[in-house]
Amino acid sequence: MYVLDALPQTHSYSFEALELDCGRTFSPVTIAYETYGRLNAAKDNAILLLHALSGSAHAGFVNDKGEHGWWEDFIGPGRALDTDRYFVICSNVLGGCGGSTGPASVDPATGRPYGLSFPVITVGDMVRAQKHLVDSLGIRALLAVVGGSIGGMQALQWAVDYPEAVRSALILAAANRLSAQGIAFNEVGRQAIMADSCWQNGDYYGGIPPRTGLALARMIGHITYLSEESMHEKFGRALKGVNGYHYRFSEDFEVESYLHYKGSRFVERFDANSYLYITKAMDYFDLPDLASIKSKMLVISFSSDWLFPPAQLKLLVRTLRRKRKDVTYCDVQSSRGHDAFLLDVAPLTELISGFLENVAGQL
Amino acid sequence: MIRRFDQDIIVSLIPEGSRVLDLGCGSGDLLIKLKQKGTSDIRGVEIDDRCIAVCVRKGLTVFHGDIDEGLGDYDDASFDYVVLNQTLQVVHRPTLVIEEMLRVGNRAIVSFPNFGYFRIRGYLLVKGQMPKVDFLPRDWYDTPNIHLSTIADFKEFCRTRKIAIERLIGLRSCATGKTVKRFQNLLSQVGIFVITAGREP
Repeated sequence: MYVLDALPQTHSYSFEALELDCGRTFSPVTIAYETYGRLNAAKDNAILLLHALSGSAHAGFVNDKGEHGWWEDFIGPGRALDTDRYFVICSNVLGGCGGSTGPASVDPATGRPYGLSFPVITVGDMVRAQKHLVDSLGIRALLAVVGGSIGGMQALQWAVDYPEAVRSALILAAANRLSAQGIAFNEVGRQAIMADSCWQNGDYYGGIPPRTGLALARMIGHITYLSEESMHEKFGRALKGVNGYHYRFSEDFEVESYLHYKGSRFVERFDANSYLYITKAMDYFDLPDLASIKSKMLVISFSSDWLFPPAQLKLLVRTLRRKRKDVTYCDVQSSRGHDAFLLDVAPLTELISGFLENVAGQL
Repeated sequence: MIRRFDQDIIVSLIPEGSRVLDLGCGSGDLLIKLKQKGTSDIRGVEIDDRCIAVCVRKGLTVFHGDIDEGLGDYDDASFDYVVLNQTLQVVHRPTLVIEEMLRVGNRAIVSFPNFGYFRIRGYLLVKGQMPKVDFLPRDWYDTPNIHLSTIADFKEFCRTRKIAIERLIGLRSCATGKTVKRFQNLLSQVGIFVITAGREP
């Protein structure tokens, strides 16, 4: 049994002046992060883990509030990100609401939350902020950057922007651009939030947040994270009660109840404006020029993922291999859709641990 | 272990420092041998995801996909050698695969079980049933082999398409590595061809 020296804690690092893609210089910036394992003396065993839309810095283990890490099964001794060997860093994205500077943070100039005066950020901005954090830890080159979904976009951005600082990049369920379908779903989610009268043009802090809109956005998003097959397996047409149909517009089916539950849980922990900003960053993400990449890459798609379908990841891999990049591709057979990158522990652990072992072995 | 010597022969045909693409690389045994020999850029394509995981653990660069999808994204002459070792008989579109191999590679190495081998001929002649031998052990309804051919067939295939055969090695047995110089179509279990598009390299 492995005992942590201490429960994982969220730290924060603050710095002045971040150049943004929109042209503005933003200040000050705080990045919340957690670390697992130990940084070795050579500082060459660090892995930066990048979370997806709804994630946070709390990726591994159970913290003092009893909260499970979003990638808990992949982090720890003997796991995919083996904390006996590697030093794992996970930070909350810029624009997020898990301790890093975002629209809910207080603007020191006004003493009030930024709301929509927070600048529109990009994945490039998120990564630039993470680079400040990594530099502050004295790490010149990361052993790996790892992420799924928008986390995978960040991993790719790292490999493009900082080729000398990234030995390897693991990109799960993400491509070098978001598809029209992805943008469309994001826009419907944003419209759901903005149509909520509580949203108040983003200035709802101190009042009632747009819970209905955010819950609806989450429900829509959640459908895209599952697959037709997994929904059928999980719910089928199962009814919630034992008495048949209600003949009312209340919850009849298990799947409805599940989505409502997901939506209501989400509003407890997530800021609606962060949802707008992060999905917008996803929409803007488009990296046609991959020439600068020097990292060894592992790209993983999931057969039933329809948000980032295997064909789209294959296209990324084909572009990379045509440029003679060192890229390995695997399409993991899974019925769990986009969410498989959080759930398919066994095949992913095999691929990731095998890949990292070789990258670490080449040092 | 049955494939050991055919792999050794293929490795011996590929000079150090070559860029190599192995189609249907399996668990990467051939790629590892090539890596040990010292090749500059080696890659594999494999359809079985379990094999991909094994290759990743070995540190190999592999693409999970179907050879029949083509190699369309590769530029002409991207590799010095493209290898198709004992896989020709399972591909759906052998002509396309060979053409693509010769386009993206300066040379292609193609090996396949030789259906002209005398024991196979005898099996069909005597038993009147689809031949089952040690190197082709599966029943007709249970085999992935859909494009079985003979050394003579492949020679004709090359001649009609103006593909130049640089070398032909007839392998008496993969297990012993013994080669055949005469009556190759009759006495070889495996044919190994080194071919080029016939253009000036």
